[in-house]
Amino acid sequence: MDRDLIMIALFAALIAALGLIPSVTLISGVPISAQSLGVMLSGVILGAKRGALAAGLVVLMVALGLPLLAGGRGGIGVFAGPSVGFLLGWIAAAFAAGLVMEHTRRLPVWAAGTLAAFLGGIVVLYIPGIIGMSVILDKSLAEATGFALPFIPGDILKSVVAGVLAAALHKARAGVLMSRA
Amino acid sequence: MLSLTSETPTPFHRIPAGAKLGALALASAAIFQIPSPALMALPVAVAAALYLSCGLRFARQGLRALRPLWPFLALLTLWHGITQDWANGAMLGGRLLATVALANLVTMTTRLEAMIAVMAKLLAPLRLIGAKPGRIAFAIGLVLRLTPAMLERGRQLGLAWRARARRRRPGWQIVLPLFLTALDDADHIADAVKARGGIPD
Repeated sequence: MDRDLIMIALFAALIAALGLIPSVTLISGVPISAQSLGVMLSGVILGAKRGALAAGLVVLMVALGLPLLAGGRGGIGVFAGPSVGFLLGWIAAAFAAGLVMEHTRRLPVWAAGTLAAFLGGIVVLYIPGIIGMSVILDKSLAEATGFALPFIPGDILKSVVAGVLAAALHKARAGVLMSRA
Repeated sequence: MLSLTSETPTPFHRIPAGAKLGALALASAAIFQIPSPALMALPVAVAAALYLSCGLRFARQGLRALRPLWPFLALLTLWHGITQDWANGAMLGGRLLATVALANLVTMTTRLEAMIAVMAKLLAPLRLIGAKPGRIAFAIGLVLRLTPAMLERGRQLGLAWRARARRRRPGWQIVLPLFLTALDDADHIADAVKARGGIPD
């Protein structure tokens, strides 16, 4: 149990640290931060429950006023901003990614990891994210979806990276995939 | 590390955290009810006045904290410029600025310990479903300790990359070693915690 908690804190710290890696700008001119890669990996590596707890820990600490989000953002103001849905959605995203990972044991790790990261980190994450933007910016759901679309290519790339990384980690440290334990 | 609380002392620092959070919740709810663009100038002006009453230095910090909003304000300007619906655009922009600025004000004038105390009270009912506040506190402390350590590790890996590669800036290449060393850290921490009698509830 103690080890579970340590792994949860470790992945929360990884999510925070990945936010501070300078973001890469795609050809389309849209910057992508590595932070949601951390969320995807939390679910893929730790499994549904622990992954969601890691993401939730980051969300909680952001609310407490710690600058853990990409670019050193944080505080309660984030929860009044247009990206609030994406932030809260991290918890559901990590949970979903973990759930997919737990139920695709027959697939090779890279494929299951990519699928899990895609379904959790994009499909599940964008639903609250788009609802949040739609409410805060007072635009229809279709319009808010349009605002989010430019970020999808970067997130697809991150899903693949998550799958490949999960496979590499699995190879380097047997037993690291708590989602499949 | 790293907290968003402002070092500049202000009168707001002395107000209890719970009171500030309650006032913030009420203010935000009220701002969302404002029906007209003209009235929306009021909360924006109030927020600006609150910041300015704490001095220019503090106000400038506050302005810096609003920077992440610029892309969204630009989007609103563009959108409502095209649809020629300036009044609504100004109202939404004002609402966004006012709610975020007020929330940032609470964060900037409340120490982390005070926020944690409020959180502990709010999370207390979770005890009934088996959550252990002591473990949550331990996890928060661990993240606070691990994040800078991990950034430092990332920096070292970046330097090592730079020493060997032609390209100046490392990218995704350092992510795998970063994760691997982090996993080793977890083993060491688990051993250390075990040696000290485990994590308290």
